[in-house]
Amino acid sequence: MHVSAFPASVTDSASDTLTDPMLSSLDGVRVSYAGGVAALDEVSLLFARGEQVAIIGPSGAGKTTLLHTLGCAIRPTAGRVRVLGRDPWAMPYKALHRLRSELFIAPQSPPLPPRQRVVNAVLAGRVPQWTTWNALKSLLHPLDAGAAHHALAHFRVEDKLFLRCDRLSGGERQRVGLARLLVSKARLLLLDEPVSALDPALAKSALETLQQEAFARGATLVVGLHAVDLALARFARLIGLRSGRVAFDLPRAKVTDALLAHLYGADLGVAFQEPPSTDDARLRVTRCL
Amino acid sequence: MSTVVRSVGPAPASLRDPSGPARIVWTIAAILILIPAAWLAEFNPATLMGEASLRATGQFLATFFPPALGLDFLELVARAAWKTVAIATVGTTLAVLIAIPFALIANRQLSVSALAEERMCFACAAVRTGVRWLLIALRTVPEIVWALLFVRAVGLGDAAGVIAIALTYGGMLGKVYMEILESNDARTTRALLVNGASRMQALLYGTLPVCLPELVSYTVYRWECAIRASVIMGFVGAGGLGMQMELSLKMFAGGEVLTMLAVFVALVWFADLVSAALRRWLG
Repeated sequence: MHVSAFPASVTDSASDTLTDPMLSSLDGVRVSYAGGVAALDEVSLLFARGEQVAIIGPSGAGKTTLLHTLGCAIRPTAGRVRVLGRDPWAMPYKALHRLRSELFIAPQSPPLPPRQRVVNAVLAGRVPQWTTWNALKSLLHPLDAGAAHHALAHFRVEDKLFLRCDRLSGGERQRVGLARLLVSKARLLLLDEPVSALDPALAKSALETLQQEAFARGATLVVGLHAVDLALARFARLIGLRSGRVAFDLPRAKVTDALLAHLYGADLGVAFQEPPSTDDARLRVTRCL
Repeated sequence: MSTVVRSVGPAPASLRDPSGPARIVWTIAAILILIPAAWLAEFNPATLMGEASLRATGQFLATFFPPALGLDFLELVARAAWKTVAIATVGTTLAVLIAIPFALIANRQLSVSALAEERMCFACAAVRTGVRWLLIALRTVPEIVWALLFVRAVGLGDAAGVIAIALTYGGMLGKVYMEILESNDARTTRALLVNGASRMQALLYGTLPVCLPELVSYTVYRWECAIRASVIMGFVGAGGLGMQMELSLKMFAGGEVLTMLAVFVALVWFADLVSAALRRWLG
């Protein structure tokens, strides 16, 4: 079982983050929802262009809120956000909406309209680049069925191209949602549990595809993950989130079992309770793959 | 049955339906309210069943047979029926054209300004509220009142019926379209909007795939209603089958009335067939 080395090389090359004009960052960000509970508090993070980062943490830790704040879908209550080098909340809202077309938020359960055909669901990732007229034309006759097919093929669901979305299984829906990302032109990719409905082998290959795509585009990739094993195996930098605060932000090698145990507290995952194997931690995390 | 009761024991007092007394009270209250209402409306079954009315009704009904089947008359009825369908169809089409832009403007789910914040911008909210009020005004006035107004304005004939249907149904369709579009799962449009799609694109790729069958099916149902409405509006001079029917009623030509009623039933049945077929095709 190998641990792919290429994300590490991406991160290393993007180390001088502060001078990067395409930097995305959160600075002292606080997000509180109606009712006053802070979903994020005092969160400060930097994401260099091309960097690939996994965000882990127990359910309700604020992973989704963090991704949506970084994706200009939530305006922080306090603190500053920079997205691809720009301050979204200081922009006129048309410019902000143009900025949104440069990023891609993939929600955990891809919201695909049940009656929509897969080809249109995938090409929906391309509509921000289209005129409304072309978007309409594409509904009558797909403008770029080839691109949709190609994107689906990456996730081995190309045979579903002309099926309706309500004929798909949960895992197929998730992969169609990811294919939508592939046809987009986004440079900041924010994925919320992108492989939660896939079996371990598929999850690994899907994540690999996404990482290669991000690498090829020079896009920043931030992924919220439940599967700690997968995060450790495939990401050079891990951010631990707990109760809306950053518990740690470390390179993979420095993420110890003790840190993880603390991160998950009482909800300690089975993964860390098992007796330690004689091999190093790296081998253990591949157990799930 | 008895074994069940024995095993449970005697029914305790608490098994008595707690809402029973309330139901009796409300039933009595409803009857008490209805009686004065009937009296106010001068509805007296005795009048209806009185010897004079029965004889008048009987005589009129007797003239229903045989139905008028003269070739000239049938041609006249066919033309009137066709006119009724045309009034309903053109009126409904115009209503759809009125309803679509309003429904899109008033839709809150597609608001880009409300995407990341709790509230949408003041001007946008004001426009949306204004459109809602306009739609209410359009549909509050019944189509027959619009028809009376436009019969005065553009004269007797089909145009008045078409405009009346377009206005009232535009208001109704606008409101219902708005509600159908807003009942859509907001996450599908939101996922597109946060990734930079425009309002129209989010509508095309997020809302319509889900809502289109419902929108079409409601529109067809309204078209069906418009056929009925255009017959009624004929009575005030807005053209079509209703106008002919009123003439025949005035002349106590029962046979003609019966023929036209039959044609009318056939029309509605035909409209029902068309809408059922459309819905099945969209299903």
